[in-house]
Formats: sequence, C-alpha cells, structure tokens
Amino acid sequence: MTTAPKIRLRGVCKSFGDKLVLDGVDLDVMAGTSMVVIGGSGSGKSVLLKCILGLIEPDAGSIEIDGQNVLAMDRKAREAARARIGMLFQNGALFDSLPVWENVAFGLLAQRKIARATAKAKAVDVLGQVGLAGSVGDLWPAELSGGMQKRVALARAIAATPEILFFDEPTTGLDPIMGAVIDGLIVDCVKRLGSTAIAITHDMLSARRIGDQAAMIHKGRIVWQGDAYGLMESGNPMVDQFTHGRRDGPIQMELRK
Amino acid sequence: MMLDGVATLGRAVLETCRAAGRLLLFALEGLSHIFRPPFYFRAFFRAMLDIGYFSLPVVALTAVFTGMVLALQSSTGLSRFSADSAIASLVVLSVTRELGPVLAGLMVAGRVGAAMAAEIGTMRVTDQVDALSTLSTNPMKYLVAPRLLAGLIALPLLVVIADILGVLGGFIIATLKLGFNAATYLNNTLTFMQTQDVVSGLVKAAVFGLLISLMGCYHGYNSKGGAQGVGAATTAAVVAASVLILAFDYVLTELFFAR
Repeated sequence: MTTAPKIRLRGVCKSFGDKLVLDGVDLDVMAGTSMVVIGGSGSGKSVLLKCILGLIEPDAGSIEIDGQNVLAMDRKAREAARARIGMLFQNGALFDSLPVWENVAFGLLAQRKIARATAKAKAVDVLGQVGLAGSVGDLWPAELSGGMQKRVALARAIAATPEILFFDEPTTGLDPIMGAVIDGLIVDCVKRLGSTAIAITHDMLSARRIGDQAAMIHKGRIVWQGDAYGLMESGNPMVDQFTHGRRDGPIQMELRK
Repeated sequence: MMLDGVATLGRAVLETCRAAGRLLLFALEGLSHIFRPPFYFRAFFRAMLDIGYFSLPVVALTAVFTGMVLALQSSTGLSRFSADSAIASLVVLSVTRELGPVLAGLMVAGRVGAAMAAEIGTMRVTDQVDALSTLSTNPMKYLVAPRLLAGLIALPLLVVIADILGVLGGFIIATLKLGFNAATYLNNTLTFMQTQDVVSGLVKAAVFGLLISLMGCYHGYNSKGGAQGVGAATTAAVVAASVLILAFDYVLTELFFAR
C-alpha cells in the first residue's frame, strides 16, 4: 500500500523576466520525513521554498499539501494552509522592533489570540526547547550573537507546533560547532513535533545530519533524489561533483572571462 | 527617428500610468485594512508616537520661528502702506490656512516619511516582511494600515499645536519688538480668524499626513537590492511626499477658497 506524500510538486515553473529559475520541478516529500534540497547558489532553492509557502506565485505546475492544490485555493484557505507551516529564514529575519519573547510568540499572538502573559510564558518554554534561558526573552534581537539569533528564529518557527517545517540555509554564517548545535536542535524539534521538513542547504555535513531524504536542484530542475545517507556516494556525476566540491565535472560555473 | 521619439514618449507615459495604478491599488488595499479586523492597536499607537509626539519639537520650533518671521516681514512690508494694524490678521490667516499645515507636513515628511521607508525597506530586504506572512499576519494590515491611520490623525493634531505656536511667535515679535498692544493684537487675531481658516488647514494636514505615510510605506514596501535599495526608497519617499504636499496644497486651496 502506498501512502500519498505530504507535499507533492508537479511541473512547478517560475521565471523572473527572461530568467527561468524553476523549470518544471517534481518533488514528493512523505509525511514525517526530512527532505534536504541541495544545489548551487542561484539554482532556485529559495524560490522553490517560497513557492510552496505561497510567498511567490509559480507560473505553472501544482503544489499539493495533503492532496490539496494550494495554488487553486482562495486567499483564506491559503492563509490557513500557510499557518500549518513554520519557516526558519536564512538570516533569521527576526523583527528588530520587538523583544525576543514577542518574536517567538508572534505567530501565537497573531493566530490564536492568547493573552500576552500566556504567550510570554509559552515563549520562555519554547526558548528552553532550543537551549536558551528565559531571560533571553527580554533582550532585543540586535543584542544576540548569530547563533543565538538562529536559535530564536528556530524557536519562532516551532512555537505554533507546525505540521511542516522549512529551513533555509540553517547553518550559513555559523561556526562548525554552532552549526552542529543548530542541526541537532532541528532534528530534535522535527522528531518531537512529528513534522514533515524541507531544508535547503549547501552545507553537506548539515544535509546529512538533518535529512532522511535528499534531492539536488540544478538549473531549476530536480536532477537527483535519494537517501541523504548516501549523498556523498550517490553515483550521480552532478551530485558527486557538488558534494565533493570538484571544479571539473558536468556542472560548469558561468564565469565571465 | 521621429517614430523613435514617439515610442519613447509612449513608453514613458505607459510606465507613469502603471506606477500610478500600482500606487493607487496599494493605497486602496492599505486603507481597506483600516476597517477590517484584526486591528493592530500597538502598531497604531507606536506609529502615533513616531509621527505625532516625536515630531513635536521640530514642528513647534518651525511654527514659532515662522510666526516670528511673518510678523517681522509683514511689519516692514505693510508699513509702506501704513497698514501695520493688519499684521495680526496676516499672521493668523497665513499660519492657519497655509504655513502651519505645509511646513509641518514638509518637516514630518523629512523626519517620519524617511524613517518609515527605511524601516519597512529594511524589513523587506531582510525577509522580515515574508516572515510576517509565514506567521499568519498580513504585512499590509500590520505594517501599512496602522501607519496610514496614524498619519491621517497625528498630523492635524500637530498642526493645531503649530497654529497656536505660529500665532504666538507673531505675538511675541509684535508686542516685544514692534510695540503692539498685547490685548489689541490678540483681539485682532481672534476677530479676523474664521472657523473655515482653521478647518481648511486641518483638512490639508490630514491629507498631507496620509500622503506622507503612504509614500513612506509604498517606497519601503517595494524596495529591493539591499542597503542601496533601502537608501533609494528613503530618498524617493521624502521627495515624492514633499512634491505631493505642495501639489495637493494647491488643489485643496482651490477647493476651499477659489471663487
């Protein structure tokens, strides 16, 4: 018996002007699994996530969550679908005009209409889940280090216990130890919540730590999909060149001479 | 050759129409969210503080000095026609009808319009606007609507204070430097000032407040390209708001006073 995927993409295309960024992406992510999408800079990874989130409207194709095509939904239904997704942005994207606890509880306050005092208690609890003391809640985002900002952003993404979690370059700009800490927290959070996750990264260590499944996107198309465990020995020339960081291979960098 | 010129002109006209349409749709969407829940009262009060309270010193100073200069200039000008007694009426009419709202509008455009564009622009280029969408919050409702409403309400309140301080500036110069009797000056001021003068100034202020917030939000919301893009959005917001204030000042003056 086959189960339907939690997230299913078919023929998703997106262009900006005459630049084709997504060229018919097909991707299935099964419920409860972590899918890591790897690919070079400008390969369309972030655009792919933003299309699933509904922040960017694809030109063609379908995006299904639990069998429902989100592109065919009206605005309210789409907002409801988006409320089931938590997102960790590449640079954290914390609101600098709000203290940390309000950043974490923002979705709860916006969605559930709980009292501010209850929301603050919940925020402190979620900060604890990502290894931060409750006192951090009263600080401002600008007062935090890069690693702490990432943890706060992770806390904000999981605060509303979403069914689906997206991670955009979760370890970019962090030292290797902090990167491992964030990866560990991501794995813990995804397991605890039982969420389905998609992470995009070009950090191979992080990809293998976070992912159950992996896919590679190149020039707007998925060129390989398989177990994240076998990422380094995939047998696909493109994936091998990318994961081993080789200059020579089927992927040619477009450099002006 | 001539056809190329016509084509270029046509493209420019079409692009201007497109930009005006985008701005109009943005304004209508922002205004519609003022009347539709959920309402973000904290964001509204914060915008009221930014636009109203924190602009008070600069608007107050501008109004006082403008009133003083008006009295002084009127004195040297009107004395040629032996019409010194008209100073009080000239000051109060100029300040309430024209200089109060226009100068307060220009000052607030420079201070608040720029800050709004920079804040929202930075949020746009650092993904904070997208983050709002992922947290069940409509950015137009959370960022734009409270600022539009605050601009609409705060500027008239500022202009009431600017009117009083502008008249006070004229009063100080007239009584302390030009030798006017204080009671006579105040009596002349109150005799010549009509409700329409003040109301027209306050209506202008409300329109200017809305324009300042709209330009700040629109240019910030549509900024792109990092720090340079945010800088360009800030400049565009201030320039557009200042020009629109002067243009709408003429239109509203025509509506109120043209016979």
